[in-house]
Amino acid sequence: MQLANAILQHLQERFSNDAFQQQLTVDEMPTVWVPKERIIPVIQYLKSDPIQSFSFLYDLSGIDERNRTKKTNTPPSDFTVVYHLFSYRQNHFIRLKVALQGEYPALPSITAVFKNANWYEREVYDMFGIRFEGHPHLQRILMPLTWKGHPLRKEHPARATEMGPYQLWDEKQDIEQEALRFKPEEWGMQRESDDADFMFLNIGPQHPGTHGVLRIVLQLDGEDIVDAVPEIGFHHRGAEKMGERQTWHTYIPYTDRIDYLGGVMNNLAYLLAVEKLAGIEVPERVKVIRVMLCELFRIASHLVWFGTFAQDVGQLSPVFYMFTDREKIFDIIEAICGGRMHPNWFRIGGVSQDLPKGWETLVRSFVDHFPKQLKEYNNMVIRNSIFRARTKGIGVYTLDEAIEWGITGAGLRACGLEWDFRKKRPYSGYELFDFDIPIAHNGDCYDRSVVRVEEMRQSLRIVEQCLNNMPEGSYKADHPLTTPPLKKYTMQDIETLITHFLNVSWGPVIPAGEAMSYIEATKGANSYYLTSDGSTAPYRVRIRTPSFPHMQMVPYISKGYTVADLLSILGSVDFVLADIDR
Amino acid sequence: MTVMQHIWIVIGVLFVLLNIAAGLIWVERRLLALWQNRLGPNRAGPLGLFIVLADTLKLFFKEDWIPPFADKKIFILAPAIVVGSVLLSFVIIPFAPGIVVADLNIGLLFFLAMSSLGVYSIVLGGWASNNKYALLGALRGASQMIAYEVFMGLSLMGVVMLTGSFNMGAIVEAQKDMWFIVTQPVGFFIFFIAGIAETHRLPFDIPEAESELIAGYHAEYSGMKFGMFFIGEYLGITLISAMMVAMFFGGWLGPSFLPPLAWFALKTFFFIGVFILLRASLPRPRYDQLIEYGWKILLPVVLANLMITGAIALWMRGG
Repeated sequence: MQLANAILQHLQERFSNDAFQQQLTVDEMPTVWVPKERIIPVIQYLKSDPIQSFSFLYDLSGIDERNRTKKTNTPPSDFTVVYHLFSYRQNHFIRLKVALQGEYPALPSITAVFKNANWYEREVYDMFGIRFEGHPHLQRILMPLTWKGHPLRKEHPARATEMGPYQLWDEKQDIEQEALRFKPEEWGMQRESDDADFMFLNIGPQHPGTHGVLRIVLQLDGEDIVDAVPEIGFHHRGAEKMGERQTWHTYIPYTDRIDYLGGVMNNLAYLLAVEKLAGIEVPERVKVIRVMLCELFRIASHLVWFGTFAQDVGQLSPVFYMFTDREKIFDIIEAICGGRMHPNWFRIGGVSQDLPKGWETLVRSFVDHFPKQLKEYNNMVIRNSIFRARTKGIGVYTLDEAIEWGITGAGLRACGLEWDFRKKRPYSGYELFDFDIPIAHNGDCYDRSVVRVEEMRQSLRIVEQCLNNMPEGSYKADHPLTTPPLKKYTMQDIETLITHFLNVSWGPVIPAGEAMSYIEATKGANSYYLTSDGSTAPYRVRIRTPSFPHMQMVPYISKGYTVADLLSILGSVDFVLADIDR
Repeated sequence: MTVMQHIWIVIGVLFVLLNIAAGLIWVERRLLALWQNRLGPNRAGPLGLFIVLADTLKLFFKEDWIPPFADKKIFILAPAIVVGSVLLSFVIIPFAPGIVVADLNIGLLFFLAMSSLGVYSIVLGGWASNNKYALLGALRGASQMIAYEVFMGLSLMGVVMLTGSFNMGAIVEAQKDMWFIVTQPVGFFIFFIAGIAETHRLPFDIPEAESELIAGYHAEYSGMKFGMFFIGEYLGITLISAMMVAMFFGGWLGPSFLPPLAWFALKTFFFIGVFILLRASLPRPRYDQLIEYGWKILLPVVLANLMITGAIALWMRGG
């Protein structure tokens, strides 16, 4: 709160304007409403001021506020654009909001200040129809170019049944197909230079090297990449829109499928935000169980990355060994959760069930088994000289570039910044664990790999500590909003019986407010920014995923390399298409 | 040798080679599976051996499709070239004393000439497909094979110097006392690498590089035309293995408890296994790295090897 006041004071002094307004939020993040004509200078100031140094545009999203019922003490707005900035120097977030009026409002683009604002602004335009003036290429990004309407607006239907039967008559098919044609001029690409005709190579959406439905159009001079344009959205399922019709509780399984390799780690990101809104403090045992499962999933996800990365550079065998070990993790997950990849096992205020009898044996045998395997994989892949030749000095970016483009996770740590949310802004009890943050210094494909391999070792250390120090206690918080609610009082008085009944049938009613969580997910920083209007469903679910900005940077770091290097780069970035498109 | 005998040898060699090429489907998949903690094809027939039959039938019954945008004549010609040139190379391989299709006195040169022709199938196939991935694969294949042809030829010249003949039979006979692997280890090493590059097998499968170019130069091929590339690859492995055996490992020579032909076959199968093991274990370098490696490292080494071999040969003859 002090920081918020300080920042507000700074802003008011600097801009001699009292139009800034502070908002209090339950996540205690400094939240300031900025008039839209001031947004560029304010962000410029926050970014460049050496004391503030909010050098990282963490997230940029929009909210359609027209159906809000419980807005208090905030400027009137039909639409709000929300900027989350982060300062590594101060280790603090700031949330800036711009209130917009009208059906299809517009505001200035900040792409000149932050490079990674480009895709975020396109997404807001795509989802809300809010225009960003001065944006270099304001076009739809997730939805098809021919889409009618903007999905996250409240008037846009959320179900297929509200939309009438789908028909594809011939002309429509022609239009759709024409919209898919790649016209390099529209992307600011030349078809030829003074001395060469460029070749445009379409990689994907079906391609063995893209690991999912991703399309990248390459502008090639021979095999050298002049420019690359990723096209995303093939995996877009409208997870944010679905959040608005699911109850707080029934939305949990959808989160499993955002970063589908991260499993319950997605549940955690979502639930941390819900629990902040509801004011639930979970018991120690819950925290440790959650941490243990998250770290197991981190190892599982990194194993998939490791194996497929080796396969991308042509090594066929490691992926089989690594998937075998991943199966061992899934055996543990299955014994504990019942599910494997998408266990949907965390609950508001706790976890679904207590740990089963004998879980220690399973986890212990994995903890004993895995270090030896990891060492072998390290010798097999990382120390292989051809692998090194394919990854060293490829896809290099500096620390400043990484921050500018919004890179988090292993990609950031490979540039030499020792930064990990688990350590620097601990959540779910990570402050109690003893582990290191592996870093490297060159920011190339090789360093990103080395960091991830070391992360697996550190995760294993955490799992081992969970195993040795699992606290006793309840697996659910004793709180009225815990879902499903505790039943111990229900048979004793009518009031708690009714609460229990409503909580089970409607789902919990989370108090109005807004909160953002942040976790160090498998691929980088993952956040859920939830807005509650005091109902059984979220008013707005904003999912900030790490893969989205990472993919945005791919063209920048692949220019000048060859097609073969692009595969090294894509592999080392470690993205999941579902995590990009949501 | 009568004409009849000759015809029998030709038919026999052809029959055995084509069967080996088809059988390698099973060998490769089972061996890869073994090294990758899997089972591999084990359902059809004993040990899954009938997978060979099933695969061949499948290839034959697939629609023989030529893309409308392809250059039809060249598109059909390309896969025939690879099989043709490799099969012709086998002409000079001495399987056992007396079992050779053509005992040419320039046998080795004929082999090099034929293996050079193989590059046409990749370039023409990739070009005629009229597909960007195929074109990139063809270009990579051309540069890779032309570069490695040079080292392949040069790496064998040491053996020629020591034998004083290009005749394959004479080369094998010259190894009676000592295999050339002992006197020409560098030559063998470079021939081996060049051989992998010539057959474009992993780690040097750069023209088809699955994760980058999907299938590279044969991306548009299907049915038996694809099958020809497929068989051409396995024939190529067999050819390079047989050449390694004949040039460096004493060909049919071996203790007399096994017939010469059996020794030759055993040694050849060993090297086929090595090819498959390499595929299971190594990643793929980038193609410019491969070319650089060839010109900057292999070429000087192979030339030094030639000079030293020549000097020693001269000295021994003079002394």
